[in-house]
Amino acid sequence: METVPKLGNNVPPKKDKLQGKKKKPRRYWEEETTQTAAGASPGPPRKRKRNRELRPQKPKNTHSTKKSRISKKPQVPKKPRERRSPGPQRSLSGAQDPFTGPAPVPVEVVQKFCRIDKSKKLPRSETKIRSRLEAAEAQEEEISVKAARSELLLAEEPGFLEGEDGEDTAKICQADIVEAVDIASAAKHFDLNLRQFGPYRLNYSRTGRHLAFGGRRGHVAALDWVTKKLMCEINVMEAVRDIRFLHSEALLAVAQNRWLHIYDNQGIELHCIRRCDRITQLEFLPFHFLLATASETGFLTYLDVSVGKIVAALNARAGRLNIMTQNPYNAVIHLGHSNGTVSLWSPAMKEPLAKILCHRGGVRAVAVDSTGTHMATSGLDHQLKIFDLRGTFQPLSARTLPQGAGHLAFSQRGLLAAGMGDVVNIWAGQGKASPPSLEQPYLTHRLSGHVHGLQFCPFEDVLGVGHSGGITSMLVPGAAEPNFDGLESNPYRSRKQRQEWEVKALLEKVPAELICLDPRALAEVDVISLEQEEKERLERLVRSRPPRARAFLTPTSCPHHVLRSAVPCLGSLFQVSLLSPPSGLRSRHQASLPAKAKAEGPQLYSKSGEEEEEGHG
Amino acid sequence: MKVKMLSRNPDSYVRETKLDLQRVPRNYDPTLHPFEVPREYVRALNATKLERVFAKPFLASLDGHRDGVSCLAKHPKSLATVLSGACDGEVRIWNLTKRKCIRMIQAHEGFVRGICTRFCGTSFFTVGDDKTVKQWKMDGPSYGEEEEPLHTILGKTVYTGIDHHWKEAVFATCGQQVDIWDEQRTSPICSMTWGFDSISSVKFNPIETFLLGSCASDRNIVLYDMRQATPLKKVILDMRTNTICWNPMEAFIFTAANEDYNLYTFDMRALDTPVMIHMDHVSAVLDVDYSPTGKDFVSASFDKSIRIFPVDRSRSREVYHTKRMQHVICVKWTSDSKYIMCGSDEMNIRLWKANASEKLGVLTSREKAATDYNQRLKEKFQHHPHIKRISRHRHLPKSIYSQIQEQRIMKEARRRKELNRIKHSKPGSVQRVSEKKKRVVAVVK
Repeated sequence: METVPKLGNNVPPKKDKLQGKKKKPRRYWEEETTQTAAGASPGPPRKRKRNRELRPQKPKNTHSTKKSRISKKPQVPKKPRERRSPGPQRSLSGAQDPFTGPAPVPVEVVQKFCRIDKSKKLPRSETKIRSRLEAAEAQEEEISVKAARSELLLAEEPGFLEGEDGEDTAKICQADIVEAVDIASAAKHFDLNLRQFGPYRLNYSRTGRHLAFGGRRGHVAALDWVTKKLMCEINVMEAVRDIRFLHSEALLAVAQNRWLHIYDNQGIELHCIRRCDRITQLEFLPFHFLLATASETGFLTYLDVSVGKIVAALNARAGRLNIMTQNPYNAVIHLGHSNGTVSLWSPAMKEPLAKILCHRGGVRAVAVDSTGTHMATSGLDHQLKIFDLRGTFQPLSARTLPQGAGHLAFSQRGLLAAGMGDVVNIWAGQGKASPPSLEQPYLTHRLSGHVHGLQFCPFEDVLGVGHSGGITSMLVPGAAEPNFDGLESNPYRSRKQRQEWEVKALLEKVPAELICLDPRALAEVDVISLEQEEKERLERLVRSRPPRARAFLTPTSCPHHVLRSAVPCLGSLFQVSLLSPPSGLRSRHQASLPAKAKAEGPQLYSKSGEEEEEGHG
Repeated sequence: MKVKMLSRNPDSYVRETKLDLQRVPRNYDPTLHPFEVPREYVRALNATKLERVFAKPFLASLDGHRDGVSCLAKHPKSLATVLSGACDGEVRIWNLTKRKCIRMIQAHEGFVRGICTRFCGTSFFTVGDDKTVKQWKMDGPSYGEEEEPLHTILGKTVYTGIDHHWKEAVFATCGQQVDIWDEQRTSPICSMTWGFDSISSVKFNPIETFLLGSCASDRNIVLYDMRQATPLKKVILDMRTNTICWNPMEAFIFTAANEDYNLYTFDMRALDTPVMIHMDHVSAVLDVDYSPTGKDFVSASFDKSIRIFPVDRSRSREVYHTKRMQHVICVKWTSDSKYIMCGSDEMNIRLWKANASEKLGVLTSREKAATDYNQRLKEKFQHHPHIKRISRHRHLPKSIYSQIQEQRIMKEARRRKELNRIKHSKPGSVQRVSEKKKRVVAVVK
């Protein structure tokens, strides 16, 4: 081990003699090693020296079998050569690789890709199953590290807007931004002056390439807004309540005064769906191919657009429905009601999955962010609240607005836009996962009319606002996800690519029954029904035994047995998830809640897994 | 004011010419890929359905024999060659790629009882009902030459089976006793007996090549070491074992095909309980053969079907049958582990895929990646009830189906009776015996 640092020195023995007489020209690698040997090194060699100092730990590290690929500190690279033998390290020239071993990966990035809950201990089980579980976990970790490493290849950086020392970014107006940015970005800011056909609703396609808007007085148009190429423009001669692209830009659903109509990108009416009448709001669930419609009659109807069937028609029993949004994380529909509650719906259940009392007056607008963790609501009490959707449904922050927000929208990177009268305010948070802080707006903009529709454009730093004076496309730096996934939604896709994507997407259409609060529940062990089954099995066994032998088999003595067998019989675990999705909030989920929240929070579910386990003991 | 807008250069996202490949930038951020689990589940469901759609295992039927096929042998060096012996004494050599018979020999009078190839693949041995052991050259006779065996050994009794040593010029026959022969001599090197019953088959261990196993009609399986003159030990089962097969990967594991419709996998170090009982057949199991990987084996049964079992599962993963296939007498798993051959009573040899839905031929890399991905998905979601039901469903002939129902009832009745017996007798006087222990009558050393 002592020889390692000297390797570089020892290679040419002659030069050592020269060193005594005068300063000889050195290669960069020689310099490093000699300097560390001397103990004085500025800049990068210092890091190497520290590595040396850490070397005595080496045997300790090699002892520990668990090899972590994640560096604990993102900035300091991992000790490069701790587990390599020095022999094969040496190259022909005597140079040492300063960056040996796998590149370090920051913990936060790995955390983002991590799909398993490390905090949860593995159940006590047979060694065979335990080792299999451990192997699966190790594989999972490796996958997340690999995915984190591939972050390096992402080409684009997100946008930003910063004020110079103390300058308030909210004071910066659109004209300033347009002036400051490049021509291509400046072209994304535009105003469509359409005063004639009244307040507009608008919708961007999933790729962010196309924009459709419909005016209250019947004007419907779709265009490729980047190139400003008009696809179609028609007047449906009827009030247009809402407009929504279906899975691709070729189909357009328009909620008209009486019925729901579907048009293609030429403006030709393809379908008139009379079973959905007097629709006020539309939402499209792209992975389920479901068009959710909320109607004046109080029905929430799910229409499967791939087969044209109505999957579910749910009576919300809350009067006229005109506030609806979807949670993009789990495809649950959030409805806002006039009594201040927001109810969560899935097509598999006749009753709401949850009801959250949000406001003292009626709810005016609801929006859910792309990670499904935060919900923003605004009500008639002029409050704007942000709720945590991960189980507790508690407000995280609230703020009173002078006017109250009538429209809300979340961007891909977690910016929150609110339309209040003819003003649009945008709030930003710290990062993608954190909620927007409501103290100081990030941007504000005054429009020429009252806001009627708001949506951030996916994959572009643009906020589309439909108002009574037409359409405005605002520039909001840092709003959108910079790097899209080409196989998921590609703004630059060709016709052929779109067709292929369409076939694939249809093939993997998720059944409507699978919509539940936790979309990962399908991959987890359904502990509750497993325990139930085990209990029944034991009871059957007890009944068949002679009375004297029963003493050993009383159900009270079984929790250990149940736990131990929880994983071995993986065979019969997954029943409930298919049949009754709303049991999605399972033990693992509940277990992560703080005890206080469990006691105080709204009692949404009758039982949690933990409680049942305790009941046995 | 510092501002940066997201501004992409379309040139880096769109291909330059029509001849280029489309550019597909990837971002693995989980928020851009929502519904990961439900989508994977749907993919797994689709893959499982497609697997059932493409499950067409039957490849070819080799017809030509004029009587039931009684034994099969693989060529040790050539994948395409297979040998078969029939009940009329005829031996045929087949070419599987051409699916044609390339040679016919009238080897014996009466049944060909056993056939085995020499490890080098230059010759093969047959035994028949005419009390002879014959060695034949693998290549046919040249022009003008008579079709004659290289050697013929006249024995005193009928031989019922033969197997060749995996490395040396030694072979073993069975009949009234197990004889070990040197290829050069006309009398056995040694004869081993344990009891007085006819032995139906003998098999050399492919790894510990001095070990042999045989099964006799007095319900026992006897193990021998060739280097000592007496047998090692034997296990007596409930009913007669028809044949055994050694695991080619684990030296001490063998599987026995039993008359009581089950197969028993034994560890030869602990014969008192079988490692696994494989049950699914509804009639006597006649033959068994391991895949070269040692992970699965195939069994042929009198119920006109063949089944494939994983070694560590008690239920079969696959059942093959056709309308015309009668009682299957012999079965072999080819050395590339891709195909299965079975010879049956109605004079045909059938060729099956070992993996029913596998696509044959060269796969492109994309096809291969897709199959691997689907395989992994199926594995991941295999326990989900809907997927499990689809992947487990097999169409069965009415006779087998009704037999299965009947046997389920019988088994339940036996279980009930045992429980009742325990219930109504003095506690502790009647003990429950595990299903595995029940089947083994005795182990003798």
